[in-house]
Amino acid sequence: MRTSRRTIAAALAGVATIALVTTGCATGGGESSGGTTTLTLATFNDFGYTDELLAEFTAETGIEVVHNKAATSNDARANYFQKLGKSGLADVEAVEIDWFTEAMQYADLLAPVPDDLKGRWLDWKEASATDADGNLIAYGTDIGPQGICYRGDLFAAAGLPTDRTEVAALFDGDWDNFFTIGADYTAKTGKPFIDSANSVLQGIVNQLEFAYEEPDGAIIATENPDIEAAYKAVVEKAVPIAAYAGQWSEDWFASMASGEFAAMLCPGWMLGVISGNAPDITGWDIADAFPGGGGNWGGSYLTVPANGANVEAAQKLADWLTSPETQLKAFTNAGTFPSQVEALASSELAAATNEYFNNAPTGEILTSRAEAITVATFKGPKYFQFHDALQNAVTRVFDGLEDETTSWNTWVTEVSAF
Amino acid sequence: MSTASPKPVRVLSFSQKVGRWDLKFSPYLYISPFFVMFAIVGLFPIGYTAFISFMDWDLVRNSGTFVGFDQYIWILQQPHFWTALRNTFSIFLISTVPQLLLAVFIAAMLDRNIRAKTFWRMGVLLPFVIAPVAVGLIFNVVFADNFGLVNGVLTDLGLTPIPWHKDPFWSHVAIATMVNYRWTGYNTLILLAAMQAVNREYYEAATVDGAGLFRQFTAITLPSLRPTLIFVIITATIGGLQIFDEPRVFDQFGRGGAGQQWLTITLYLYDIGWGQWNFGRAAAMAWILFIIILAIGLLNLFITRSLVRDEGRRGDRVGRRTRKEVAR
Repeated sequence: MRTSRRTIAAALAGVATIALVTTGCATGGGESSGGTTTLTLATFNDFGYTDELLAEFTAETGIEVVHNKAATSNDARANYFQKLGKSGLADVEAVEIDWFTEAMQYADLLAPVPDDLKGRWLDWKEASATDADGNLIAYGTDIGPQGICYRGDLFAAAGLPTDRTEVAALFDGDWDNFFTIGADYTAKTGKPFIDSANSVLQGIVNQLEFAYEEPDGAIIATENPDIEAAYKAVVEKAVPIAAYAGQWSEDWFASMASGEFAAMLCPGWMLGVISGNAPDITGWDIADAFPGGGGNWGGSYLTVPANGANVEAAQKLADWLTSPETQLKAFTNAGTFPSQVEALASSELAAATNEYFNNAPTGEILTSRAEAITVATFKGPKYFQFHDALQNAVTRVFDGLEDETTSWNTWVTEVSAF
Repeated sequence: MSTASPKPVRVLSFSQKVGRWDLKFSPYLYISPFFVMFAIVGLFPIGYTAFISFMDWDLVRNSGTFVGFDQYIWILQQPHFWTALRNTFSIFLISTVPQLLLAVFIAAMLDRNIRAKTFWRMGVLLPFVIAPVAVGLIFNVVFADNFGLVNGVLTDLGLTPIPWHKDPFWSHVAIATMVNYRWTGYNTLILLAAMQAVNREYYEAATVDGAGLFRQFTAITLPSLRPTLIFVIITATIGGLQIFDEPRVFDQFGRGGAGQQWLTITLYLYDIGWGQWNFGRAAAMAWILFIIILAIGLLNLFITRSLVRDEGRRGDRVGRRTRKEVAR
């Protein structure tokens, strides 16, 4: 047979493809090379872990760190569960609170946090990362204490106070107080008061002790009177004063940029979202108040997969990254509000201000908001599904697809099948 | 043993044996690469999906408990599943019908003697090379409810804005528009190829007989296009039943809307698998989709056959040649 050049090329291509496929499955990271250990760290969005910060760790310990950043938390989630318990995860993996409960189901596959670190984080932050056997399985990074962001100029036009202490006093009260103020504003101006109805639902549900599931696995979603009350309140009082049903839509961003609504529920990380998407709007400010007490929205953890190659070194890295000192640096880098008790008491945090928000003392306000948080909602493994379906129920009412009762019943039927 | 009829024992040398093996087995060896690859990348995943569909599967621990047909029953009992089925067919109809009409029209235009032929022909294919997700992002700006391009124009004209993300029908129209944007050009080129294969003498004869352009189109072009159209319809059906990217990027959540207005079957499958990590149900869903596509494929085959027979009776040589073109 005459072997033409093309045949050789084809054969080479075939071999190369097979080589690619097989090596693609090989595990990465955790290799020791030349005596120094190299660790891999996987995060998403922006944790504030800059190359300079990681270089400090290398200088201290001699351990090299390779940082892999996923674009979104959803990508990180897919990657995490596809590889957990098998191989291919980084030595230290970041987990977002939204899917943290799913990860808690596999607590036995994660290396626990050493006992001497207990007490570093806020009680409720530690409590939600503790498994049934009392092991703390994740290192807390940031939290999302919520205040109320408001537009001083729009408030003035509607005859409401504009000074942030006066506004805080105005909102000091329960959710009904908040809805009344919103209804007055909408009646006076004919404009929406808050950005979205579902952010209110999020705010209320994050103040409940139990939402849809109980720690023993019992499902209480449809019988929980608190949930029904939250739904009723949102549908009857938040929908009429909200600009949109949910956040993050094309319209929602456009509306933020054009300054359509006057107030938002504001976790620390939302400040960056507002200033980033509405650079031309002036008048945003933040008040040290939240309806019905404190509320947390969001925040992340670091975990160490137990079957990694360098578990001990990885624990050292996670320990170092979540230490109060490092977290404060991360806060300066990316605005991730610390969950460590010591960091919360630091003067550096207290001195932080935000120019876009009328030079508000954001460090001080958010610290006060973090102290007001008393409850960490128990979120079972199906929390995301239940909550998403309930948000859809609110959206259906908002869009006029179904009325209040029908939409609730649809939700009940839907979640009964889970 | 000793009583058995004495049959002379043939002793084969080793090289003879090898020669026999060569004759017997090497043909199988030569064709085996395809079958080995097909077993690995084709049959195994299908079989493994069937296996998982009978289990309550834990992806992380890679284990499950056998539950029989429970997952299939669960899927068929979900109202979401039937809504998804309705949406899939609705989007398929709203996209395919106008798309093919438009494709035939554009192909007929391009088939005529126009200037810069290649430019126009490449031009119609241009949207096809844009990634569907990019198309989705562009059209999201067009179809936003309050700040969208279309609704902006409608409000300026004093008309009521269209509830793109609320009403099922309008959401299907919006998604179908994205599909049409991408696929019209592709189908145009296939139909154009078929039109070019039509013998020009027919048109000359028709012109001599005094037939107008429209008459020529309906009496010559369309009948010759029939087999090509069948091919295009079949590929469009398969693509339509698997529609995913466009509805996925239609809103910020990608789960088909609050009232499942634009939830399609593949979107639902993805949500069960990668949103809820329930691979048992997702696998059952995949098999149900497989069976649906198979059923519609058979229906298509049946219709195609009867149409082709019909054509044979009319002795349409042109059509057959076009069919060959397409088969290539």
